Amino acid sequence: MGRIDIRAANVECFRRITTGQPLLLDVRPAGEVLANWPADTFLHAGPPIAWDQMCSPLQGAILGALRYEGMVQTDHEGLEMIQRGCLRFGPNHRFGAVGPMTGITTPSMPVFVVENATFGNRAYCTINEGIGKVMRFGANDETVIERLRWIERTLAPALGGAILERVEPINLRVIMAQALLMGDEMHQRNVAATSLFLRALMPALVRQRLDPKALGEVTDFLTGNDQFFLNLAMAAAKAILDPATGVPGSTLVTAMARNGSEFGIRVSGLDDHWFTAPVGNPEGLYFPGYGPEDANPDIGDSAIIETTGLGGFAMITSPPVARFVGAGNLEDARRFTLEMSEITEGPHPAWQLPNLDYQGTPTGIDIRKVVETGILPVINTGIAHRQAGMGQVGAGVVRAPLGCFEKALAAYVARYAA
Amino acid sequence: MSPHDLFTGALTVINVGLEAFAETLDREGVAVVSLDWHPPAGGNPEMIRLLERVQELESDGAD
Repeated sequence: MGRIDIRAANVECFRRITTGQPLLLDVRPAGEVLANWPADTFLHAGPPIAWDQMCSPLQGAILGALRYEGMVQTDHEGLEMIQRGCLRFGPNHRFGAVGPMTGITTPSMPVFVVENATFGNRAYCTINEGIGKVMRFGANDETVIERLRWIERTLAPALGGAILERVEPINLRVIMAQALLMGDEMHQRNVAATSLFLRALMPALVRQRLDPKALGEVTDFLTGNDQFFLNLAMAAAKAILDPATGVPGSTLVTAMARNGSEFGIRVSGLDDHWFTAPVGNPEGLYFPGYGPEDANPDIGDSAIIETTGLGGFAMITSPPVARFVGAGNLEDARRFTLEMSEITEGPHPAWQLPNLDYQGTPTGIDIRKVVETGILPVINTGIAHRQAGMGQVGAGVVRAPLGCFEKALAAYVARYAA
Repeated sequence: MSPHDLFTGALTVINVGLEAFAETLDREGVAVVSLDWHPPAGGNPEMIRLLERVQELESDGAD
């Protein structure tokens, strides 16, 4: 007995989470910057999963990514390649990366390179493709592949050049703090953060001397996607949370992610182990012509946003999101955030919620509090069609399953009280 | 307060338990506040045991 001071461990974990300074350094091909990544492995969202267990949108995105990489010409060839065991799969998180929805990352895809200046670690996330038929929602036709190639060949070099031209890197933590004050919760609403980011980047971007056609395409793309900043927020959150991993005795959560079949969490004092439970279906609003029967179960690494205290945890700052995801009115939004305060270590010192008298965002999910109260982390999310190739059909709210937290608590006791 | 006052004065009731108890009083016009209370871990005995075990660790560690 007397083995561990949990309170001190969680204070240290919370300190690490809340002192991270994520800086945007560059945009590089994933294959150049992700360390120790085997050449025969495609990365996906959520905890590890085998091909046969994957949902249809995830399989569809992988088949599309094989064509994008030029490894096959048709989906039939792709399936044969997978069935021969020539392609392996691994979670983004294993390589310091995250990806929204299906979260497919392959070597040619450009990724944002974000460094946590406080701790020196780096994290990565692909570039947001926009809305509609996009790979992250399982779409994989030629328009999707063409857009990915344009991102790789035109957008990424322009962004990378502009980022490098700036005298100082863009501090994403500062943009996120400002955007919170302007109504973004950084998961389903990123319009303020995207605008702030583009304001910081645009002077350097126009100095890249792109030809007028390319500059027009790039600016049209950037200004036409309110969710562009989501992937930057995800890379920032991953960079912030990774140094909080491995604090002995800490009961705080350092990652939440879904692969379309299972929801997984990691806990600081239990290192990189995933604790999983079957994933739920979001409840929300659907685009015209679609309904709950079309929805794929919850999927994506984007719950890293909630793990760092934003998204559904910051719902009160963004009443329009509460309405958009079908979560109700202003009072409901307030209730979501107050609920999350009951299962977290404390308020973030820099990320403030003006609609809650500038209280900090509820940060540091504690597995003990989740199990004891039964209050489950709330996640704002997009909804993918359950069939590959269809894309996004709505947006909603989903709760993390209790089973992850119960398993983690049992593992914690087995490790520390044995 | 004497027992007599219970039947002669105005009551403000704190309800600890089923919400239905409060609803009955509310219908009678009695001011009632319900405590939002649930058994720990939804009453799951295994989880309650684990939580208690962690609590023991915590108190030991704080010494």
